Amino acid sequence: MTDMSKTTAPRNSLLKQDARTVKRNRAEKRFKAYGIAAISAGMLMLMILLSTIIGRGTGAFQQTFLTLDVQLLEAKLDKNGNRDLEEIKKVSTFGYAPLMAAAMEEKVAQTGIVTDLEPKELGDILSKQAAAQLRDFVLENTDLIGTSVEFRFLTNSRVDGYVKGRVTRESIANDKNINVAQLDLVDALRADGALEKRFNLAFITGSDASDARPEAAGMGVSMIGSLFMMLVVLALALPIGVAASIYLEEFAPKNWITDIIEVNISNLAAVPSIVFGILGLAVFINYMHLPNSAPLVGGLVLTLMTLPTIIISTRASLKSVPPSIRDAALGVGASKMQSVFHHVLPLAAPGILTGTIIGLAQALGETAPLLLIGMVGFIASNPPDGIASGLMDPNSAMPAQIYEWAKRADPAFYERAWGGIIILLVFLVTMNAIAVMLRRRFERRW
Amino acid sequence: MSLVNLTTSALAISAVCATAAMARDQVQVAGSSTVLPYASIVAEAFGENFDFPTPVVESGGSSAGLKRFCEGVGENTVDIANSSRAIKSSEVEVCAANGVTDIIEVRIGYDGIVFASDINGSSFAFTPEDWYKALSEQVVVDGALVANPYKTWNEVNANFPDQPIQAYIPGTKHGTREVFEEKVILAGCENTGDIEAYAAANGGDMKAAEKACISLRTDGTSVDIDGDYTETLARIESNKDGLGVFGLAFYENNTDKLQVATMGGVEPTVASISSGDYPVSRPLFFYVKKAHIGVIPGLKEFAEFFVADEIAGPSGPLAEYGLVSDPELEAVQQTVADEAVMGGGS
Repeated sequence: MTDMSKTTAPRNSLLKQDARTVKRNRAEKRFKAYGIAAISAGMLMLMILLSTIIGRGTGAFQQTFLTLDVQLLEAKLDKNGNRDLEEIKKVSTFGYAPLMAAAMEEKVAQTGIVTDLEPKELGDILSKQAAAQLRDFVLENTDLIGTSVEFRFLTNSRVDGYVKGRVTRESIANDKNINVAQLDLVDALRADGALEKRFNLAFITGSDASDARPEAAGMGVSMIGSLFMMLVVLALALPIGVAASIYLEEFAPKNWITDIIEVNISNLAAVPSIVFGILGLAVFINYMHLPNSAPLVGGLVLTLMTLPTIIISTRASLKSVPPSIRDAALGVGASKMQSVFHHVLPLAAPGILTGTIIGLAQALGETAPLLLIGMVGFIASNPPDGIASGLMDPNSAMPAQIYEWAKRADPAFYERAWGGIIILLVFLVTMNAIAVMLRRRFERRW
Repeated sequence: MSLVNLTTSALAISAVCATAAMARDQVQVAGSSTVLPYASIVAEAFGENFDFPTPVVESGGSSAGLKRFCEGVGENTVDIANSSRAIKSSEVEVCAANGVTDIIEVRIGYDGIVFASDINGSSFAFTPEDWYKALSEQVVVDGALVANPYKTWNEVNANFPDQPIQAYIPGTKHGTREVFEEKVILAGCENTGDIEAYAAANGGDMKAAEKACISLRTDGTSVDIDGDYTETLARIESNKDGLGVFGLAFYENNTDKLQVATMGGVEPTVASISSGDYPVSRPLFFYVKKAHIGVIPGLKEFAEFFVADEIAGPSGPLAEYGLVSDPELEAVQQTVADEAVMGGGS
């Protein structure tokens, strides 16, 4: 026994680690620490990003409103008193401005606020959008001319900034668009309850507004533009992408031509998106004479961008279907096409859908190619009235709208740009969540 | 099966599109980013007050806009080009070569170019000479042309603080750059008399001398901003010593972050620009294709609405936003009403 233990006794006890093991274990611990540090750094970045976006963007979903009773004076709106719509239409929004100023004066008198502001300065507290809102209402309800109607108007972006804390009494020292007396009045109206900050649905559903009224701008119409672009991408990229990958994966002979095609598809996936924009401008607009700024053209350009993503993910999911499934189908006498369409494709479908949704999400957030085909600017102001007009009429897209807002002069647009980012992120997260869910729910493993 | 359905629907959609591509019913505008806010204000009011759809206004710079304008006549070309400078004869030639012959030039008003620094930085009272001496590639020191030696503002002018020269000026694709070169740098060059030295160096050629005047130093003290004024503002916010070139309207929307410098002792305001006391201003234009009037619905109405008293007049929304209204607005209105084209042709 003792001899045995002498010869075979381990030089290194299992209970005591030798120097090399200690070193290896240390290296492993260090690597784990690096990994955790990397993840924490990533999470920290994400936290900073999200908190900045939410902190700066949530303000855009709320807007300051002022409730006023407006006298719809017949003398101003319908001089002849015959309620002829064409005649009432002749009064432009500028003709409505005195009504608003009068309503403001009345409100000030009612609440007993003492102010020495001119009627025009009183009217300037309201948004320029207010006159348009009033005119639209009058054109729809001509029978109410001559009566007094209660309205909830948007206030000017400076007033809104004051209520939200972005504008202060110190910061307006050199500002010609608002003065301290107006802010005093705003405080008094706030105490009275007529002026309040509330949820602004128009930011989500409305259209873009000009530089003179940032408070009225909304994402709605550009969302529709994005939706139509995604429809085009889906209708073109999915069938073309799936057909191409099925052929390449199941039918095509493996030779140098298919190798070249394969390499090119991978290269296409790595091409910067701006290149597709230039291509779109040259081919779709200059050569094919499709209209500028149309979501159809945007969709076509993004289709080119999304195709490689869909082809690559479809081929990967076709590859992951075990050959035994194909062999079994062929073995019981199915044709090649039957084996693909009845057995392989249904099993690969969850993967294909996941790839498609991720490709769409990528296309949804893409701005660069849209710059070149005229989808950035003051565009999204006419909500489309049908599928054809939705595809062909000029429109913007969500990321293009955000870019446009971020470069405008009034700081109030900056807030809306952050708010737009929140809406865009909600869409992206939802789409990616659907992709993950589909994969979890339907994916088969062998 | 679903594959077949999708393909059919794609084909159906493209068929619908082909029929819809026939007619365009909204005015399309492209061009200067300086004119963009004004054009969008007008477009919005136009959409509200008329039965025509709201015009589409794209930006991208005066040169880019005029290039697209001159691409030809037809529904897939723009109807109006905004420009912060007058159209060049070379551009008119390109237009003519592409069949765009009858162009209506409409001046909408004037725009001031202001020089501003960070609100908490030092304040400046500039003359064109100061800018010339600070930014020109070569200056005259002791009677000889040398590469610009100035590093701080107090070397340029003893009244200025000891602050490094750092200027953010519009890039060459902006119309603003030309005005800056001509009304500030060149004016400074002439006022200091340095232009004589350049002329002497170029064998008396005044044209070459002017060109030499406005060639700016490339050692990083002057940075070209190709983006919008928001980018210039961001640069100044990150470098408090920086000075930027802005449009008056942009400054007036950001008075909480910027302080404006005087030029030649005059503070830029709508009043001082319209009286001509403030030297750095330029007219803003838009150009209309006459061939499109009557084809694109609402085009003439839009052009007339743009220069109407209630829009472009001294108390209209454009003036409120920062445009200096044209004292000869009535003549401009007449031009639009008569559809009078450039060069006095038909």
